[in-house]
Amino acid sequence: MSLKDLLIKNKHAILEKWFDIALGVYAEQGQTFFKKQKDRFANPVGHTTSEGIESIYDELLKETESDKLPLFLENIMKIRAVQDFSASDALSFIPGLKRIIREQLGSILLQKEIAEEWAVFESKVDRLALLGFDAYTNSRQRLFDSRVNEVRTRAARLLKMAGIGYDIPVEEKGVKNGKADNA
Amino acid sequence: MAEKLKPEEILNISHQPPLTSKGWMDTRSEIRPGMHCYACEPKNLEVVDFPNPRQWSVMDEDWKLPENWKEIFLEGMKDRLDRFRSFKLFMDICVRCGACADKCHFFIGSGDPKNMPVLRAELFRSLYRKYFTTAGKLFGKAAGARELTYEVLKELWYYLYQCSECRRCSVFCPYGIDTAELTIIGRELTNLLGLNIDWIAAPVAFCYRTGNHLGIQPHAYKGMIEFFVDEIEDITGVRVNPTFNRKGAEILFITPSGDVFADPGTFTCMGYLILFHYLESLGLDITWSTYASEGGNFGFFTSHEMAKRLNAKMYAEAKRLGVKWILGGECGHMWRVINQYMDTFNGPADFLEEPVSPITGTKFENAKSTKMVHICEFTADLIRNNKLKLDPSRNDNKIVTFHDSCNPARAMGLLEEPRYIIKNVCNHFYEMPPNTIREQTYCCGGGSGLNAGEDMELRMRGGLPRANAVKYVHDKYGVNMLACICAIDRAVFPELMNYWETGAEVTGIHELVANALVLPGEKKRTTDLRAEPLPGMEETEDV
Repeated sequence: MSLKDLLIKNKHAILEKWFDIALGVYAEQGQTFFKKQKDRFANPVGHTTSEGIESIYDELLKETESDKLPLFLENIMKIRAVQDFSASDALSFIPGLKRIIREQLGSILLQKEIAEEWAVFESKVDRLALLGFDAYTNSRQRLFDSRVNEVRTRAARLLKMAGIGYDIPVEEKGVKNGKADNA
Repeated sequence: MAEKLKPEEILNISHQPPLTSKGWMDTRSEIRPGMHCYACEPKNLEVVDFPNPRQWSVMDEDWKLPENWKEIFLEGMKDRLDRFRSFKLFMDICVRCGACADKCHFFIGSGDPKNMPVLRAELFRSLYRKYFTTAGKLFGKAAGARELTYEVLKELWYYLYQCSECRRCSVFCPYGIDTAELTIIGRELTNLLGLNIDWIAAPVAFCYRTGNHLGIQPHAYKGMIEFFVDEIEDITGVRVNPTFNRKGAEILFITPSGDVFADPGTFTCMGYLILFHYLESLGLDITWSTYASEGGNFGFFTSHEMAKRLNAKMYAEAKRLGVKWILGGECGHMWRVINQYMDTFNGPADFLEEPVSPITGTKFENAKSTKMVHICEFTADLIRNNKLKLDPSRNDNKIVTFHDSCNPARAMGLLEEPRYIIKNVCNHFYEMPPNTIREQTYCCGGGSGLNAGEDMELRMRGGLPRANAVKYVHDKYGVNMLACICAIDRAVFPELMNYWETGAEVTGIHELVANALVLPGEKKRTTDLRAEPLPGMEETEDV
């Protein structure tokens, strides 16, 4: 059995532990709520986190990396970027995946035919951590952009009326929060 | 010097931060930037004679409190326990059942237990027990009581300004405890110590002096509306003629100043102007005021007395102009103040008449006492009586959902009228999931004076449940427009929608009404009020 097959077979157990680790950064009462409440509208943090880590896990099992990982990470990081976490706490669940798999599969990982695959998988998780850092800083940047946008909008009408209105340069107009705005 | 760890020791290192497994009283709260608004400027307190004005900063260790701060706080608490039965009752009757615990948007968005309404109130209740109950005095911590220390005061302050007084939690409380009222009283006590925030104190000072939160003087207010008159003429070919401070008018119109000065509320304001112009020939006799130029009441976020003083200005202006009744715009907490407090504050407004629509003859019996009618009630009645010629297809490029603004929904039950209007002026309307709308609506995250810029983190996490529901209807139905009837919503939502990437823009309902309203003598309309091409007119615009 290949590592991939083992990871598929143990997916449920691994994800359950990974979810616990991901929620481990929250206070106890927060964790309980995020785990228990299954309604996605009553519990967007729990829902997004659980859905996010599953999508990431499935993506890691693919042979080649698609462009979806940043998106999945960003959905989680957007939330963590506005909570009380340092960047390291926000990202701490990512390296945690290696530990869970080690605990789950134990000595199987030392078998020669698996070890090589495991090394590749470990480097994928390392890469995931780096992408996670990108997602976290992108979200923080978006937050700071929001502050600037809001100040600009608030005063825009008054400045326009006073004849000193500031127009955003044309080439910048399609760019909103560091992302191309297709609207 | 760092020791070199053995391999087995490295394996045992936990990658998890320690859990908050201590009791809440022993868990210290750390005040963090991004989570609070800036401290009030002394000049803004001096204008309204609020106590203890001084320069201080939230992030400083020393808040420069008056020496007898503890005495002031406890005296203030005692005074309010005597004066407000609801406060005393709410302090006593909570059984900590937890029904409210997971209903607050700030808790849902953060997982911080001190944002559970029950625990936020407990920060306060623990002081009540310590100083006002025998059990608390005798048994202290065992009875859930704690000393009022400098640190406790700071923690209480921090969380009082993390409650947007939206009252969602109170919907779920089996005892009907209104946690917002506890926040209101708590904030009054912080106000006694000069511990307000400037995002509240400055609008209060401005409103007291010049009539609106932004301190815009009468000529500038009038100038801004005349600016809209020109824009409306460009878009519709019709010149509207609003009047200001006109004595003898039948109706006085009051709306939040945010509608006059901040996008996208400005488009809603243009909507009011267009509607009033349309109704003129049908018998509407209405005036704007440059003095009662604010519907909002940030005084409500400082003390009952200040709320009363600001509320009184609206009624004084109605009396001065000799109008029969007041029509109110799309505002949030203004309606809570009008519907739940006004009569006690400044009522009865017996110099006014029971409002009757001059167009349809409908008597607004619900406004018998306050003499103030919500514009959504007024417009819904016009539509119901076929008084408006509407072309909803002009809004066909807008796939709309409706956010029930907390105060109109929970403090006055205005649930059907806005929906009725939207369905008549738009062809594409989709509701968000049931547990996120109507009485259970989620706050925008910036209510009760928290819509500053420096607390953006707080606002974004508090607004997550709302944004999450908007994103859902965007993904499912293609919703691209979030309609609401509150000026704070219209100020807060654009960046909230942006941060959470919901794909929705923000509008007031009367912007949609004016887009659809077919004005007599109008030119061929090619754009909506935002100067964006109407459906099918995209080509015309390009040329």
